[in-house]
Amino acid sequence: MLRTQEYFLNFGPQHPSTHGVFQIILTLDGERIVKAEPVCGYLHRGIEKLAESRTYTQVIPYTDRMDYLAAMLQNLGYVQAVEKMMGIEVPERAEYLRVISGELSRLTSHVLATGVYALDIGGFTGFLLCFREREKMMDLLEELTGSRMTLSYARIGGVADDAPEGWLDKLDKLMDEMPGYIEEYNGLITGNEIFQARTKFVGQLKPETAVNYSLSGPVLRASGVNYDLRKAKPYGIYDRFDFEVPLGENGDCFDRFYCRVLEMEQSVKIIKQAIEQIKEVDGPVMAKVPKVLKPPKGEVYHEIETSKGIIGYYVVSDGSNKPYRVHVRRPSFINLGYLDEMLKGYLIADVVAILGSIDIVLGEVDC
Amino acid sequence: MLENLFVGIADWLRSLLGGLGTPGEINEAIVMLAKLVAILVFILVNALWLVYMERKVAAYMQARIGPNRVGPKGLLQTTADIGKLISKEIVIPKKADVVVFLLAPVLIFVPTLMVFAVIPFGKNMAAIDMNIGVFYLLAIASLSTLFFWMGGWASNSKYSLIGSMRVVAQMVSYELPLVLGLLGVVMIVGSLKMSDIIAAQEHTWFIFTQPIAFLIYFIAAVAETNRTPFDLVEGESEIIAGPYTEYGGMAFAMFFLAEYANIMVICAMATIMFLGGWHAPFGLDFIPSWVWFFLKMYILIFIVMQFRWTYPRIRVDQLMGFGWKVLVPLALANIFITGIGMKIYQAIGW
Repeated sequence: MLRTQEYFLNFGPQHPSTHGVFQIILTLDGERIVKAEPVCGYLHRGIEKLAESRTYTQVIPYTDRMDYLAAMLQNLGYVQAVEKMMGIEVPERAEYLRVISGELSRLTSHVLATGVYALDIGGFTGFLLCFREREKMMDLLEELTGSRMTLSYARIGGVADDAPEGWLDKLDKLMDEMPGYIEEYNGLITGNEIFQARTKFVGQLKPETAVNYSLSGPVLRASGVNYDLRKAKPYGIYDRFDFEVPLGENGDCFDRFYCRVLEMEQSVKIIKQAIEQIKEVDGPVMAKVPKVLKPPKGEVYHEIETSKGIIGYYVVSDGSNKPYRVHVRRPSFINLGYLDEMLKGYLIADVVAILGSIDIVLGEVDC
Repeated sequence: MLENLFVGIADWLRSLLGGLGTPGEINEAIVMLAKLVAILVFILVNALWLVYMERKVAAYMQARIGPNRVGPKGLLQTTADIGKLISKEIVIPKKADVVVFLLAPVLIFVPTLMVFAVIPFGKNMAAIDMNIGVFYLLAIASLSTLFFWMGGWASNSKYSLIGSMRVVAQMVSYELPLVLGLLGVVMIVGSLKMSDIIAAQEHTWFIFTQPIAFLIYFIAAVAETNRTPFDLVEGESEIIAGPYTEYGGMAFAMFFLAEYANIMVICAMATIMFLGGWHAPFGLDFIPSWVWFFLKMYILIFIVMQFRWTYPRIRVDQLMGFGWKVLVPLALANIFITGIGMKIYQAIGW
């Protein structure tokens, strides 16, 4: 019998497949993982602390920088938390614009997640195909908000501006084309034999474990737990739309990936309904809010469903124009909680597959 | 005229030297040297263009345009890239085995260049027509494993080491189906000489009589050259760049160009063994034989490139499983069936 030895491998922080600056210290036996130790914090900027010295409105751009792939949803969570605290009624048209831009943000995030996952598994073409559509969506978002990624579109009491003329028609056209593109992704990525061999029954997650570890988003739903805040506790005007919550069966990497693809279809459905309904709604996009926001003393917790999972904003006010404390429950960070257990016994190639299937954004993990 | 273009040049050179009054043996040696240098230049230049071709193929598959700035249609892009890489500093990692580390990227080209000596690019256009040509080619081509391993080991980096372990495992496993796949053809021809194998395909290409062998050979050959879906060796999303992780500048470019030269070898080999070498199909003899050879070879290269930009990467255990559980038994079955078939044909008296 040969004497074998376990060894360490620094997987990151400088590694192409950690989706940023994430580190996993792997203890390996050959290529098999004996122990995995995730290390985060390389991108920590202290957003929560920074928020304490900004006014309520000035915090909005900081939320962009957390999950910069779906910035609108981050804005929305924070803005709705403050509105909840101050009891502000948001105008109808603004609510619709929030849903449209929010779902468009979710689409950009999911399209990227799909493409990047193809890249993680080794297929480069899937990655760039997804960028093609993402580019179109980014152009639309730019036209609406003036920015491609860090949107800062939501305001406390509404949204920054109404949609420019003809914008909704352009969006409608893209949404009509979207199912065809999704079909293309399925043809190139999802349906590929090698892709399925690589992802099916890899990194399986039991529903109980997922719930116990407080996982959320597609990671949770892929395990078969039907919990989408848009359906379970509708916020904003989500109760007006007809959509389904796609669920997985096995809770493996493939299900987590495929859940996102199916969610894209649902987002398209929601946007199409919203475009239909917004045509009948006219009026302002901003509520009448005071110039200086001074929420009453107290605290509020508000959570919404982003593309990564449930994001929760906990805002404490001491009655001044700056928040006393802002804490964010970041889904990417919490979804990573079970990673070390999940990786045990798999190969190096599976580390990439499992980490990719969780779909983290390091800006949000490290906040 | 075009048919004998290259043969004509060789004859002209020979007669030119003959006129100088030097001894015949020296003349032959000079002609041989000229042939080898011509092949050498061809391979290196061709590897450059193949990189360009790959980038263009990739670009068009991915809804992009690809290189289009340097030279007409971006044709000089790789030349410019190599120029840049040559000017780069060679960084040697601390604790690296310097001699081995620097030798590996140089030696990586040796087996590839040696292999080309026996490849017939057209009618009477092999530099050397060896009587054990196929055997020589396989033996030399498998040497490159050693140089990948050298590079990976000498870098003294864990990613490189994992990558080079994968090289050894993968190449040893896939060498077997590769050879067994070719054995069917060798059995039918009864010779290892390239010219005999090509001559035997004058009427029917072996791809039609040995389709399974072709598939086995082609899959194993793609794995041999570390191309997607078998590019675990580089596996950039897992182990950065495998054995080349620590290499930069021209050292990296050497590995990179060797990969393309290797693709050329396997596709040339497939052309010789299964696609009738330089034989023209449908009696289209007016097109020179070497044009046919290159046409077939480039079509195969194009297919290999399409693989790369379509498929994701297979996992290491799946790779081994596929090699040993599927390809090897299939290749053995193919040999068995070929043997029985040959006996039956002999009995019938065809």
